[in-house]
Amino acid sequence: MVNPGKDQHMSPTSPPGTAQDTAGIHLAVGDRAPEQPRSAGAAMATENLHVYYGDFLAVRDVDLQFDDRRITALIGPSGCGKSTVLRCLNRMNDLVPGARVEGRVTYHGTDIYGPGVDEIEVRRRIGMVFQKPNPFPKSIYDNVAYGPRVTGAKDHLDDTVEQALRGAALWDEVKDKLKQNAYGLSGGQQQRLCIARAIATRPDVLLMDEPCSALDPIATSKIEDLMGELVQDFTIVIVTHNMQQAARVSHSTAFFTAQPDEHGDRVGTLVEFDRTLKIFEDPADKRTEDYISGKFG
Amino acid sequence: MTATDTARTTPARALTPDRRRRDVASTVFVSVLWACLLVAALFLFYVLITIVVSGVSRLDANLITQAPSTIRPATAGVQPAIVGTLLVVGVTALIALPLGIAAAIYLEEYADPRRWFNRAIELNVQNLAAVPSIIFGILVLAFVVRAPLNFGAVALSGSIALALLILPVVIIATRESLRAVPREIRDGSLAVGATRWQTVWRQLLPAAVPGIATGSILALSRAVGEAAPLILVGATTFITFTPDGLFSRYTVMPVQIFNFALQSREAFIPLTYAAILLLIVILLALNGTAIVLRNRFARRW
Amino acid sequence: MAVTTAGRPRSSAGGSGRDLTPRSPRVGEKIIESLLAAAAGLSVLVTVGIIVALVVPLFTFFAHVSPIEFLTGTTWTASFGDKYSWDKDWGVLPLVSATFMATGIALAVAIPVGLGIAMFLSEYATTRARKVIKPVLELLAGIPTVVYGFLALTALTPILQPLLGIPNIYNLLVAGIVMGFMIVPTVASLSEDAMSAVPQALRSGSYALGANRRMTTLQVVFPAALSGIIAAIVLGLSRAVGETMILAVAGGNLARLTADPRDEAQTMTAFIAQIASGDAPQGSPVYYSLFAVGALLFVITLTINLISIRLVRRFRQVY
Repeated sequence: MVNPGKDQHMSPTSPPGTAQDTAGIHLAVGDRAPEQPRSAGAAMATENLHVYYGDFLAVRDVDLQFDDRRITALIGPSGCGKSTVLRCLNRMNDLVPGARVEGRVTYHGTDIYGPGVDEIEVRRRIGMVFQKPNPFPKSIYDNVAYGPRVTGAKDHLDDTVEQALRGAALWDEVKDKLKQNAYGLSGGQQQRLCIARAIATRPDVLLMDEPCSALDPIATSKIEDLMGELVQDFTIVIVTHNMQQAARVSHSTAFFTAQPDEHGDRVGTLVEFDRTLKIFEDPADKRTEDYISGKFG
Repeated sequence: MTATDTARTTPARALTPDRRRRDVASTVFVSVLWACLLVAALFLFYVLITIVVSGVSRLDANLITQAPSTIRPATAGVQPAIVGTLLVVGVTALIALPLGIAAAIYLEEYADPRRWFNRAIELNVQNLAAVPSIIFGILVLAFVVRAPLNFGAVALSGSIALALLILPVVIIATRESLRAVPREIRDGSLAVGATRWQTVWRQLLPAAVPGIATGSILALSRAVGEAAPLILVGATTFITFTPDGLFSRYTVMPVQIFNFALQSREAFIPLTYAAILLLIVILLALNGTAIVLRNRFARRW
Repeated sequence: MAVTTAGRPRSSAGGSGRDLTPRSPRVGEKIIESLLAAAAGLSVLVTVGIIVALVVPLFTFFAHVSPIEFLTGTTWTASFGDKYSWDKDWGVLPLVSATFMATGIALAVAIPVGLGIAMFLSEYATTRARKVIKPVLELLAGIPTVVYGFLALTALTPILQPLLGIPNIYNLLVAGIVMGFMIVPTVASLSEDAMSAVPQALRSGSYALGANRRMTTLQVVFPAALSGIIAAIVLGLSRAVGETMILAVAGGNLARLTADPRDEAQTMTAFIAQIASGDAPQGSPVYYSLFAVGALLFVITLTINLISIRLVRRFRQVY
């Protein structure tokens, strides 16, 4: 069920310009984004996405594109459906009884809800990091090795674990205590361990659901630095309630809000999706402007 | 426990200088609650003391090496019943634990609760847990002892009856242990591409083992003490030989006690209490193990 | 910060890197799921089996005995006389009334004692006290019921007989009292769960109005937990109705309609145990009557259980 037809860019090499991107990760909005070369294309996209929980429409009509090896931020007030959209991107919503998705979610052109698509394979390509660090009650090593083990990639496991921990900027801190229980790590270290666990299966896309909301500012800044590194290799989609974070790390930003429908139920709606600079400096929609400027939310 | 009492009056003490003035109704109320606890504790104490005092004289080697005898109760024992209990309950565990744990995994991790048949299974398990134990005896009598299986009144029939009886208990205990594993562990496992079963086998079961073990031991201790269903599946015959296999005729400790009670002969009373004492010691050991397991390995997430 | 080396994921994955079809058919997963579902389905089979086992013999039984006579007759002589004769009195009411009398005595013990303990544990006891009391209390439910029966027969009744004027060593009163203690843990622990589930905010609200702990317990916590407490009592009731061994040993085997709990009287379960432990030849009338009494017992406990399950659900929904 490969779908190469729709895929204009099959080049696996990194697009030019990513090195500069990461160098400027701490700069304010506008310092980096305008100079960005066009992305090689969309790694993922949603078309006409509606999400229901039972009869309740949670999110309506979302069209988004997640550019390859770019960071896309989903922002908005609580209850706006941003996390729901994120959890559709690797079919984690399948686990919620009664959850139903309409429309298309494509991964390099293939509809991940299409026939013949296996949600396990989807999750192996599209990793996820959660709001609260959720290491397994196992050793640091076993946490990182878990993904490769369950996916059958057991060769060179030590190398895989080391690479993943280095990738998550955690190796130097834990290399001497790999056999210790992961619960002994600090919150920020646990979250980086979860990132290491997610990248150990060598996914393509990394979904991050408010990855810093349970962390202190120092740990948060480490994770933000790390995202700048990771974006060289991964397409990242991050949900955040922290607008400054979205402004600091992302290339594109989607603003969601909850709009009452005809029955008065609040339904998550995509208001505006554009380059981050545009969203923060010159939003097209009044609601976005109000939210960004703190008038609402 | 006076700490609770002072806790109650603390706010008042801060404001009222007269500490001797007490709320009579509250004192009476607390005394009644204490009395309830005391009555239950005294009853338990009375039961245990009576068993020890009446049974200790016959707690000897004959008890575990000899078969029961109507002719010489003074030196008779309950060896066939001890062996029978070990055999029957052992096989019960082999049947009920895998089935119960598997059913619990299905209900907790696979079944969509919105499907009517899953809800029916759920309701069914809750109901089965409260069906009188003697009814399970009737079930096994009708299908296992008699046609179609026609095993007769043998140890395996008894094991099947006890296994079906404790199955709902095992299911409910296992489900609770699985439910106690936080959602985040499931999400974390599935998000790296583990399958449902990999998540169950590598994450949920290891985390739930202490709870499952505790529940299983408690369920088996219920099986050890159960007599009613076994009366229907043939454990009541006065057996004087040690059962030698699954298809051997058998008796178990509680049914042996029932048999002695039916004899209503003074001479059997010390022997019966000794058998009861032995049974209680076994049950206390099982319960103690379960409590230790629960306290030692209770995971705090 | 070190330069990322985790990368180049897709180059190693090669051509199948973006293929989302299952890498293997995962037959194992499907087999495992079917096996697990089969295990869960077995519990339904058990219920179906119980119903079939109880209902099929009823056709024969009610071919000889009118259902009206069975349900309304006041004499039960099944265990007397010729085993192979249908010419007996098949009125089940004596067994039913003895069952409910024993159950009533048990509840008269278990409800006050159980609720008192539950209130103590939920509203007064420290965590440490609770940790000691609860497992000890569970022992009451862990003692085999045949042991309780034997104790009632050989130790308790001889003491109570002169005090209460009990005519016979076999009687419902002592058996019922002992059975009451057996179900104390059921009533206490489920009621405590219900009371502990009452939100702290309700208690705080009561204390803020100047109520003391007693008033809060009786006037706020108890009413708020009432449906859970009723569910606990109903479950205790179901236990008592289905209890066999205490009554088979200490209650006696005389089927008769009596209003005096000090009398000997046979319950439904004691009748089943009596017939099963003696020899009831397969195909004899008394053999069929065992199934008829079993079916009635099942229907009664099923009704009680469904009420209790519904009540538990309701109180779980509230908070």
